[in-house]
Amino acid sequence: MSLLIMKPGLLTTVQDLGRYGYQQYGVVAGGAMDSYALRMANLLVGNDEREAGLEMTVTGPEITFAEPSLISICGGGLSPMLDEHPLPLWRTVYAPKGARLHFGRLSGGCRAYLAVAGGIAVPVQLNSRSTYLRAGIGGHLGRALRSGDVLPIGTPTLRGNVWRERLTREQGPESLSVSRWFPACNLIPSYPETPVLRVIAGEEFLAFSKESRERFLSELFTILPQSDRMGYRLSGSSLNPVREQSLISSAVTYGTVQVPAGGSPIILMADRQTTGGYPKLAQVITADLPLLAQAKIGSAVRFRLITLQEAQEQLLQQELELNRLRLVLEHYY
Amino acid sequence: MGETKDGSELVPNPRVNHGAARIVPLGDSAAVVILGDSISPQIHHRVRALCSYLEHHPFTGMVELVPSFTSIAVYYDGLAVLKAYPEYIRTGAEYYLFPVVAELLEKMLSLIDDEPPPQPRTVSIPVYYGGEAGPDLEFVAEHNGLLPQEVIDIHSSSEYLVYMLGFAPGFPYLGGLPSAISTPRRLSPRVAIPAGSVGIAGDQTGVYPLETPGGWQLIGRTPLSLFKPEAELPTLLEAGDTVRFYPISRREFMEWGEDTP
Repeated sequence: MSLLIMKPGLLTTVQDLGRYGYQQYGVVAGGAMDSYALRMANLLVGNDEREAGLEMTVTGPEITFAEPSLISICGGGLSPMLDEHPLPLWRTVYAPKGARLHFGRLSGGCRAYLAVAGGIAVPVQLNSRSTYLRAGIGGHLGRALRSGDVLPIGTPTLRGNVWRERLTREQGPESLSVSRWFPACNLIPSYPETPVLRVIAGEEFLAFSKESRERFLSELFTILPQSDRMGYRLSGSSLNPVREQSLISSAVTYGTVQVPAGGSPIILMADRQTTGGYPKLAQVITADLPLLAQAKIGSAVRFRLITLQEAQEQLLQQELELNRLRLVLEHYY
Repeated sequence: MGETKDGSELVPNPRVNHGAARIVPLGDSAAVVILGDSISPQIHHRVRALCSYLEHHPFTGMVELVPSFTSIAVYYDGLAVLKAYPEYIRTGAEYYLFPVVAELLEKMLSLIDDEPPPQPRTVSIPVYYGGEAGPDLEFVAEHNGLLPQEVIDIHSSSEYLVYMLGFAPGFPYLGGLPSAISTPRRLSPRVAIPAGSVGIAGDQTGVYPLETPGGWQLIGRTPLSLFKPEAELPTLLEAGDTVRFYPISRREFMEWGEDTP
C-alpha cells in the first residue's frame, strides 16, 4: 500500500501527535500543529488517533492512491477534490484505485490533515513519525515531501476494513464513496478569520506593565510572515516588562506567549524549542491551539484572559467528548 | 476572581510553596517545580534528585520531564490524571487538575532529601583547536591578553557541568568556564556554523550539535556527534554529566572514525 506524491504543495509533511520523552535532551516535541484535526481524521478511518497523517499547508499537494484507500481529511479548508468531485471535510471517504486527490482554494483555516486507513508507515524515529525539519529527522527522510515521493501505508484495522466494505457496497469498488455519517456539529470546530484565543497568565504576567497587559488583552495582533511551525511572530503595540529582567532559561511549551526585548510577542508553536529565556506573558490554552494553528499569516488574533481552572475544564471537556466519539466508533461495525 | 480588562485583579495563577521550592503551572498541561533562583551546582543537584525520583516513581498521567537550570517542568495528560485521581477532583472544584498534580509533586519534594543523587558520568570530548576549525581562537586570546595555546590549555584543563540540554537537540548548557577566557559574542553572527563547533559566548562554553547560524566565538571542533537520532540515548551528553575537553591534532580530527576510542 502506498501514496504517490505528484506535487508536494507549499509545505506537506508527515506528522503524528509528537515526539514525547526526548524534550529533556533538547529534542523538540513537534507533531501536528492542529492535533485535534489529525486525531479526528485518524478516528474517521478506524485508526488509532496516534497514527501519522499528512499535514498540508495553505496550498495542498496532489496525491495518487496506488490502491483503493479509506481516507479522511479534517482541519482547515483547502477545498479537497478527488478527481473532479469536491470532497467534504470531516467524513470517511473511499478513494478507488488510481484516484487523484488535489486541492482548490483556501477557505477557513490553512492546514488540512489527511489520514489513510493504516496510517502513513514511515519509520518511527525517537518514538514518533513526525517530521522535524530543522534536525532532518522523522517523517519521510526528515524533510518536507517532494514530487515523486512514495509513502508506505500500514495495515488498516478490522474496523477500517469493515467501513471500506460498507462504503463500496452500493456503487462498487470503482467509484468514489462518501460516508453518510459524520461527527456531531459540536465536535467540528469552525476556524474563525480572526480568532479570539483564550489565554491564562504566564509566569511573568505581572512583571509586565499594567498598560502592556491591557493592550495585550484588548488589541488585535497580526501574524507576521516570519512565522512558521516553530513560532508565530506577532505585530502590534509593544509590550514591555515593568523592569528589564534577565531570566534563567526554563521549559516552554506549545502556546507559550513570550516577549523578547523588542516588545513584540512570539507564540511558540508545535516545533518550538524545549527551553527559553524570554519572559512568559501568557499561555494559549490547549483547547484553543487548533484555532491558533489554523490562523494564517497576515490574519489577526485577539486574546482573552481566563483562569487556569477554566482552561483545564475546557481541555477535559474536549477530551471527554472525543472519548465518547471514540467509544461510539469502536462499536460501530 | 472575576475577569478584568488588565487582569490585575486576577490571581495570576495558583502557586504552591514548599519550603524554598515553588510549584507553578506552565499552561494547562504542565507544572513547573522551581527549586531556586540562581544557577549553582547545589540547586542543580536537587533538580537531578527530583528528576531521578520522578523517573523511578512516575505518577499516573505523567508524560515527560524537562529539567532546566533551577526547575523541572512536569508534563501531564489531564484525562489520565482525572481517571487516576477522581476522588481528588470531585471533592474540590470539578475538573481542576493542577492542585492534584501540585500535591503529588509536593509529596515527592519532601521525600527527595533522603534520595542519594544519581552518580555523575564524566565524558571526554576531543577538540581540534584553532585552524579552520577555530577561526576565533586568535580573537579570544587577544581579547584576554593570552597566547592561543594558553586559551587551549585553560579551556581543556577545566571541568564543566552539564546543567541542561536545550535550544537544539543535544545542545549542552555547560557551567564552569574560567573567567580568564570569557569573551563576548561576535558582533555579527555567522550564517552557518558547522556541527561539532566548540564556542565561547560570555562566560559560557558549548558545542553546536547541528549546523545552525550563531554568534559564538569558535575556538575548535570535535569529531564526535552530540546528537545521534539513531541511538537509544539520542545525545552524547545528559544533564548532570561532567565534561572535559582534550586537544587533538588536525590529523587526528580528520582521521577520527566511529571506531576510534
